[in-house]
Amino acid sequence: MATTTSTRNRTVTSSGVEVVQRRNVPAAVLTYAGVVLICLWGLLPFYWMIVTSFRDVGYTFDTTPWPTHTTLENYATAFSTARGNHFGAALLHSLVIGAVTTVVGLVVGVFTAYALARLEFRGKFYVLGVILGASMFPGVALVTPLFQLFTNLGWLNTYQALIIPNISFVLPLTVYTLTAFFTEMPWELEESARMDGCTPGQAFVKVILPLAAPGIFTTAILAFTAAWNEFLLASQLGGDKVQPVTVAIATFAGAQPHQEPYTAVMAAGTIVTVPLIIMVLVFQRRIVSGLTAGGVKS
Amino acid sequence: MSTTSGVATGEFAQGTPPLDPGGRRKSLHDGSGRRATLLIAPTIVLLAIVILYPVISAVTQSFTKDAGLDPATGLFVEGGFAGLSNYKLWLLQDCGSGAFSCPPGTLGSQFWTATGVTFFFTVVAVSLETLLGFVFALVMHRDFKGRGILRASVLVPWAIPTAVTAKLWYFIFAYDGIANKVLGTNILWTGDGFAPKAAIIIADTWKTAPFMALLILAGLQVIDGSVYEAAKMDGATAWQRFRFITLPLVRPALMVAVLFRTLDTLRMYDLPKILTGGAGNTSTLSMLVVDQVRSGFNAASALSTLTFLIVFAVAFIFIKFLGANVTEQRAPKTTKAA
Repeated sequence: MATTTSTRNRTVTSSGVEVVQRRNVPAAVLTYAGVVLICLWGLLPFYWMIVTSFRDVGYTFDTTPWPTHTTLENYATAFSTARGNHFGAALLHSLVIGAVTTVVGLVVGVFTAYALARLEFRGKFYVLGVILGASMFPGVALVTPLFQLFTNLGWLNTYQALIIPNISFVLPLTVYTLTAFFTEMPWELEESARMDGCTPGQAFVKVILPLAAPGIFTTAILAFTAAWNEFLLASQLGGDKVQPVTVAIATFAGAQPHQEPYTAVMAAGTIVTVPLIIMVLVFQRRIVSGLTAGGVKS
Repeated sequence: MSTTSGVATGEFAQGTPPLDPGGRRKSLHDGSGRRATLLIAPTIVLLAIVILYPVISAVTQSFTKDAGLDPATGLFVEGGFAGLSNYKLWLLQDCGSGAFSCPPGTLGSQFWTATGVTFFFTVVAVSLETLLGFVFALVMHRDFKGRGILRASVLVPWAIPTAVTAKLWYFIFAYDGIANKVLGTNILWTGDGFAPKAAIIIADTWKTAPFMALLILAGLQVIDGSVYEAAKMDGATAWQRFRFITLPLVRPALMVAVLFRTLDTLRMYDLPKILTGGAGNTSTLSMLVVDQVRSGFNAASALSTLTFLIVFAVAFIFIKFLGANVTEQRAPKTTKAA
């Protein structure tokens, strides 16, 4: 461990202690080598997906590390419905499923998180236990009973069949993340709002919610990502009418039955990933704090 | 569901003192108990509908005979009590005429292979991810310029949907793909033997080691820097500081991260399904359940229940014996009004 590792040490540095001088060059070089390696780890496979997505299909297995034989044709192929792929529709389905899941998960989660962070009541630990247990629950154990239940209800291949289980998957995540955020809020403000004659509801809506907006927004990103990435239940309970992008990409058909349309799939993968990557770039600090505060599912 | 919460609450009971040490102190809000019930009810009701009800119905069905199953309505009864036969199918590979009577190739004969490979993936992948995640976290914890770029690149594998990750690695591991070209090999990564297992572990490690690193980094960041200074004054070497300060202090965060990654890997479905499709005995338990759903609800229910029990048992062992104190890590402290 070098001396200059944590924020604390940096404070010491700025207040004039000799830490900076003691920082040795080989250690710094080693650190940067590690940083570069970690960046490559995260970015190389992603970079390869993008490069391939712009490469002419005839040069699918070209190994030139930079873009060659560039074309936009793969993106056209990805959206083409000629081979029975409905990627465009799947994007829409995923947006609907993700948006509804996020909104409902947040609205329900906000109330529970408020109660957990703010109210004192008996059985709080039991509630936490139930929610935690739900987050550990293997989704596959639900496939059989839900498949049967939704068959009986005639719900297979409907939005509700995908959205309702998704809500229960993101709820533990939203409750935990929001509770962590709420715990850190300046609750004195709520008290003073109450003193000024607000009802608890008014105090919550007028004072707490605006202050909690960043935390709620972060939680929304995490919930949406989770719903956007869901594959197992969508592949079993969904169908052509509600097929989300994850299933569309997994089952993407090529020109011939056993010929994988790699470049088109990479283009579709890039389209699905880029919005998430942009969110990551813009909100990275918040996402990390949200993930480590209560993110339980990757 | 109820059993899961039972464990967790058992832990609460004997572990940390009840969340609110200020129980003596009256809440500022009168009737907060009733209000709390109202606020929490929607969450509990939703979880009950989507998790508790299906679990109960799966357990009931797992003891039901196939015979009376009406394919039109899918409702049970009529078939009558099946005893343990649906469980024997999986545990003893008993397809009706004694143990190990399931012909090779049938789903019934695959339970132990699937369980074995699921645990193999879990142990190897989670170990690799923890080790790499720890190294990453130690690097990220150091002082350097360009934290933002590093944080963003670490989040990229996390942000890519698993289905896309699987397709991406399917392309990388294609016979003519970049992996074979770079390595100068001609491996059939999604064929037979050990290669498909390695492919799944590599792809899984790529995706989740950075996530692990972030969780461990959060644990590192709460360690008070002055502890290191003090140890240094006393002449502790870098290794001693790591071994006797960093490791013990980061352990709680580490154990929780490992627990959640373990449970995630045990239920792994998307990645092996899309990457190898089960080639080379890479069918996980989750894949086996899904394969069975359309060939008989009752046997599938028994298999679902077994999968659930396995995951539950692992979580129990972690919390009970390995000291993964989930509640202490995750339970919020009640904010006290000033």
